[in-house]
Amino acid sequence: MFNTALTWSDLAFLAQGAAMTLAVTAVSVAAGTLLGILFGVIRVQAGTYWSAPLTFVLDVFRSVPLLIQLVLANAFQSIAKLGWGPFTTSCVVLSLYTAAYCTEIVRGGISSVPATTRRASRSLGMTWWQDMRYIVAPLATRVSLPSWIGLALGVMKDSALVLWLGLIELLRASQILVTRLQEPLFILLICGAIYFLISFPIARLGGYLEKRWSPND
Amino acid sequence: MIEIENVRKSFGTLEVLKGIDLTVKKGEVVTVIGGSGSGKSTLLTCINGLEPIDAGRIKIDGTEVHAKSTDLNKLRSKVGIVFQQWNAFPHLTVLENVMLAPRKVLGLSKQNAEEIAVKQLTHVGLGEKLSVYPNRMSGGQQQRMAIARALAMSPEYMLFDEVTSALDPQLVGEVLDTLRMLASEGMTMICVTHEMKFAREVSDRVAFFHKGVMAEIAPPEALFGAPKDPELQKFLAATH
Repeated sequence: MFNTALTWSDLAFLAQGAAMTLAVTAVSVAAGTLLGILFGVIRVQAGTYWSAPLTFVLDVFRSVPLLIQLVLANAFQSIAKLGWGPFTTSCVVLSLYTAAYCTEIVRGGISSVPATTRRASRSLGMTWWQDMRYIVAPLATRVSLPSWIGLALGVMKDSALVLWLGLIELLRASQILVTRLQEPLFILLICGAIYFLISFPIARLGGYLEKRWSPND
Repeated sequence: MIEIENVRKSFGTLEVLKGIDLTVKKGEVVTVIGGSGSGKSTLLTCINGLEPIDAGRIKIDGTEVHAKSTDLNKLRSKVGIVFQQWNAFPHLTVLENVMLAPRKVLGLSKQNAEEIAVKQLTHVGLGEKLSVYPNRMSGGQQQRMAIARALAMSPEYMLFDEVTSALDPQLVGEVLDTLRMLASEGMTMICVTHEMKFAREVSDRVAFFHKGVMAEIAPPEALFGAPKDPELQKFLAATH
């Protein structure tokens, strides 16, 4: 017979951890995507030369391991006396990390819209903004969506690293339980299942949108 | 009236327009013929303000296209252009493709824009295709949609840039018929084309471009019947 010391209150503890994972992910993906769209448009509009400084900074965020970024950012905010808590620091770092990847996704999406299509919309008297809003944005979104879903899921899993700043998110909550109950396999299985439950709807949403848009392409 | 005065335009070191003078009056149909690289398509994109010019002037009803103070977006709603590639907006239905600019640029109500779009699409023979996405139509149908899309802005001038060049041969006829219809309705048009028979039929005047220069311009009977420019003679001999 299967025996476990895991209680309902332990499960509630895991759920709290999951809520923290969701909160950090939601804030970071939302802020990172907004910044990514802004930076992506700037990169396309400004051209390679003028956007070089921005590109360099984003390259740093893409190349340095997230864990190092978190530890350094935490040290920095403490030295600079910004008074950020672990949640704020985590969200700031993860947002910039997301933005660095999202910028490239957005840039790729915008570049995928043929110049001739954009010229056609401008020739009808549409302004730059109208062209962006009604032609480029919908077409680029279709192209970028699969990569963006991948990024969001990746950030959700990478957010586990914020446990190093002391945030009790899903993985940290599991670790605490493992230490106390000494049932690592069972608890990690549950932890993994919760990660899957969070990811699955996002992945399905992506699949659904792709399908919905595909008859038009 | 479209007035083109001594227009020069270079891409890098290559001068594609070497001082073009041309005046097109209201209701006139001018076709432009010539070999590839002769500058004829560039001229159209300059008239629409899509390309800057290096020297000279282009005036549309007295408004200078390339003056800094000119509201190009406003001017463009007056001068429609259709390209070789029809450039349908693939995420919008045929009706939405045609309605978009009247709604957003002219600020028409949805109902009003739809009325105009349906009218123009019916006019070019696509009245049955309103809710279809462009990729489900042939190239000829998409090109006619692009024409309807430009016409929905109620332009006073239409520019056609080799609109049949990218089409399968059996689809060329339907698009040319649409242009003939517009010409017969009195639309002021400049058509860059390789269809000599079409040029001969619809034009009030035909202009021959060669290496960035307008080598000859004359009514079709004169230009095709008794070409004076030696390059035009060669060109006509090669295309017949």
